[in-house]
Amino acid sequence: PWFLEVFKARILPQLSPVLSPQASCIQHRLVVRDASSLQILQLYTCLDQIQYIEWSSDSLFILCAMYKRGIVQVWSLEQPDWHCKIDEGSAGLVASCWSPDGRHILNTTEFHLRITVWSLCTKSVSYIKYPKACQQGMAFTKDGRYMAVAERRDCKDFISIFVCNNWQLLRHFDTETQDLFGIEWAPNGCVLAAWDTCLEYKVLLYSLDGRLLSSYRAYEWPLGVKGIAWSPSSQFLAIGSFDEKVRILNHVTWKKITEFDHPATISSKKTIVYKEVEKSPTVDTERLTFPPTRALASSLFSTQSKYDISQVPVSLQYIKPVADRANPKVGVGMLAFSADNCFLATKNDNIPNAVWIWDIRKLKLSVVLEQLCTIQAFQWDPCQPRLAVCTGSSRVYLWSPAGCVVVQVPGEGDFQITSISWHCSGDSMLLLSKENFCVCYLEREERKGVKTCCPV
Amino acid sequence: MGDWKAITVPLLSSGSKNIFPYTSERKRSPTSMNSQVLRLSLPSPKNMYNFFGAFCTEENLEQSISYIDRELTTMGFPSIYAEPKGKELNLVCIINCMNELLVLQHKNLRAQEEVEIQHLKLGSDMDHLQNCYAKLKEQLELSKREIVGLQERDRQLQSKNRNLHQLLKNEKDEVQKLQNIISSRATQYNHDMKRKEREYNKLRERLHQLVMNKKDKKLAMEVLNYVGRADGKRGAWRTDKTEARNEEEMYKVLLSDYEQRQKQLLLENAELKKVLQQMKKDIISLLPPQKQKPKERSEDGLVLSDQEEDIGELNKENMWELSCETVREQLTNSIRKQWRMLKNHVEKLDNQVSRGHSGAWNEKDVISREDHELETGKLELEIQQCKEMIKTQQQLLQQQLTCDDDTTLLLQDCYLLEERERLQEEWRLFREQKKNFEKERKSFTEAAIRLGLERKAFEEDRGAWLKHQFLSMTADCKPENTTASAFLRSSDPDIRLVKSASRQRRLPSVLSPAVSPEPFQISQYIAQNSVASEKPAADNMPNLWVEGDDKEETEECTKSWEDSGVGPLFRNLHMEQLP
Repeated sequence: PWFLEVFKARILPQLSPVLSPQASCIQHRLVVRDASSLQILQLYTCLDQIQYIEWSSDSLFILCAMYKRGIVQVWSLEQPDWHCKIDEGSAGLVASCWSPDGRHILNTTEFHLRITVWSLCTKSVSYIKYPKACQQGMAFTKDGRYMAVAERRDCKDFISIFVCNNWQLLRHFDTETQDLFGIEWAPNGCVLAAWDTCLEYKVLLYSLDGRLLSSYRAYEWPLGVKGIAWSPSSQFLAIGSFDEKVRILNHVTWKKITEFDHPATISSKKTIVYKEVEKSPTVDTERLTFPPTRALASSLFSTQSKYDISQVPVSLQYIKPVADRANPKVGVGMLAFSADNCFLATKNDNIPNAVWIWDIRKLKLSVVLEQLCTIQAFQWDPCQPRLAVCTGSSRVYLWSPAGCVVVQVPGEGDFQITSISWHCSGDSMLLLSKENFCVCYLEREERKGVKTCCPV
Repeated sequence: MGDWKAITVPLLSSGSKNIFPYTSERKRSPTSMNSQVLRLSLPSPKNMYNFFGAFCTEENLEQSISYIDRELTTMGFPSIYAEPKGKELNLVCIINCMNELLVLQHKNLRAQEEVEIQHLKLGSDMDHLQNCYAKLKEQLELSKREIVGLQERDRQLQSKNRNLHQLLKNEKDEVQKLQNIISSRATQYNHDMKRKEREYNKLRERLHQLVMNKKDKKLAMEVLNYVGRADGKRGAWRTDKTEARNEEEMYKVLLSDYEQRQKQLLLENAELKKVLQQMKKDIISLLPPQKQKPKERSEDGLVLSDQEEDIGELNKENMWELSCETVREQLTNSIRKQWRMLKNHVEKLDNQVSRGHSGAWNEKDVISREDHELETGKLELEIQQCKEMIKTQQQLLQQQLTCDDDTTLLLQDCYLLEERERLQEEWRLFREQKKNFEKERKSFTEAAIRLGLERKAFEEDRGAWLKHQFLSMTADCKPENTTASAFLRSSDPDIRLVKSASRQRRLPSVLSPAVSPEPFQISQYIAQNSVASEKPAADNMPNLWVEGDDKEETEECTKSWEDSGVGPLFRNLHMEQLP
């Protein structure tokens, strides 16, 4: 992998979903670069400090949200002169996003009073009332045809399904939940999974036409669902819960196929445990110069790390959860299927340094990555079974069935990677820290190099 | 005699009517008693009476006699008077009475002893029993105490148990109470939540009205110009039509999804069917030998096989392409039956195997061994027969070969050549052996010649020696001793010589006049050939070396000589051994 120089970015830059450009912004300026060369393509100036940017699905437009002022500005890449400004007025703005067709913008007002749907094609405005203020209250199907919105009326939860084409309400039904927490479409767009608040373990599965297909409850009293993930084939639904387990449901009977436990000790001989170990660089004393070059100095003070294969049984670092706090750090909240449905990556929050990779074909634990620091995020390559993991250090970790590799981000200073986002081609990924970002290019031939580019 | 003093005659003399004067004094010996009794009848010296003093004196003899008579009669004895009222004593009667009394006395004594022994026994028994009693009493006491302790503990435990029960009950009550509290709080909380949510909703509504109703000038969208839709179509009006179309679209989506799924399932089904078919074929191919049996056994089997045939036909007609429902039952039934048969078969095999295993450990072991022996016998017989067969065949072959053509001749030639070679080899060996033998013979003859020569020399020596002996027969020689000892010392390393020296009584005498080396030689000869001791020493001394071959004896002697090793002793020995 090779890297482009680290850039300053106040908010998360975004790779456009279709084409190559990449947008980032500093303060109130929006910078659009070519993703391969990182040359600046366009430069836009907004009215205020940008808090959120998002590409439209066809990469023709970028929206820049300025929540403080309740304004959304839209820019066109094709026509730099074209501009659009949406003002939510006194209703305020807390969230803004594109509709899947890239011609509508959905703005959520303060206090979740309503969702305003602005059309760029006509001057029409649609309102969706009573949206529920929950973590995942709005979901589009993958093909962009339908949108599901969680609602709350008269102390009851409802789900509305809209046709994105003309924002007509297709279905409206109440759910048997106490306090709906999130909704998520299956990738095939035919099944909607809705889960209840963590006080109650309940997962409900609805068909597109509003029929309740099935409801699943693993246990009653303890804290329940923490996160769910659909497999790309819509065949499996993985449910991570506070009891440190992942349960996998099948799409035919919606019954549990298996459950994966996350014990602190791994004793199965069929599991490979990769352990990250730090190694201090060995410096040839004869090659030291005075004054030392900057690269050498930085290399002296930065430790490197590599993976070792641990011999089972291995006991992982386990943090005993504090029971008397809300939202305890326990259970499986992060889980994701690989693009080919073969692997499931999970993280158990009270074993924060480990990523568990399960083989779905064998329904067995395949690999455990034991890192030195807490896992911040992981994401699968959209094209192949390749997992990128970041731990808040300046290293990115890649796993594939062939093995593991540690990639050090070059450059001076601390670059604490907190988030990863793959390009849809799987050739590059954005590595983001709080204030900076860089692009990591992965090439098939493993050609290494660093492309430099002038920062703006 | 020291017991005299212990006699309790004074008791008697005191005039008491005691019939058995000799009671408790165990130490009294019967002899003393006898003497006393005797004294009654026998006239005894006066001093004796005096010594007794009391009972009978010269003066009261009459009275004493009468008293005794009375006493005796009261005891059932005949009167000691010869005639009633007469003064003549019947001596015989007295003696009889005395005897009776003595016998009685003995009996009584014995009885008394027995009684005393019994008494002792009883006493010891008593003691023992008393001890036992005491012990048991102690035990009783102890167990009583224990019981009391246990009871106390039981009581305590019970009270504890009661307390615990009480506690448990309290806890249960507490739990119940807490549960009630929790549920009441939960309901209260839910109620409050709902209330608050309603309030919140109201507020939201109000806010909504306030925010939205006011003509918000700000709320607007500024667009330079509208862009076309992504799909290039124009936006349509919302009508019922569109709604219907939406529905249609939705169902289409669902339908397509289901269709896709169905396709997948069909594919899967086809694969499974293939596998099933394959398995069925395999089972059928496995089963034929099994199939025969059930056919014979029952009608069930017949039906089954019929069905199978049917299905087999169906197979040919691509019944797999049919929908499952029509053939499902048949299919499942047939599979199930085949599977059962297979299972039975496998189980049977398992049983056989297990029987085979267990047989080795069970009583069948013996039978199997017998069987085994029988079998081996049979096999051996068979082997014998086979061998015979082979022999005859070989013979036949041989015969055939003899009357056969060139090849056989050639073969025969080969054999002959081989044989000849072998014979030649043997011949060579034989010759070598012969040579060796001849060599040996030669050496033997040489040795014999040498022996003869030596023998001759020896004969001459002997002749000389005899002559000397003969000459010196008359003249006794004195310095025997010293020479012998000296000779002995000289031959010290070879102690075996001693024997010979001892044997040759007169050798030293011969030696003394003779020249020194010769006797040494002789003795050596003797030693080497180890003289037989059985032979008289004087006898044929010179021949000794030719005859004997016993070495043991000489060695024994040498040992004895080693111990002593001095001249005089040797001499003594020599003297002893002389015949």
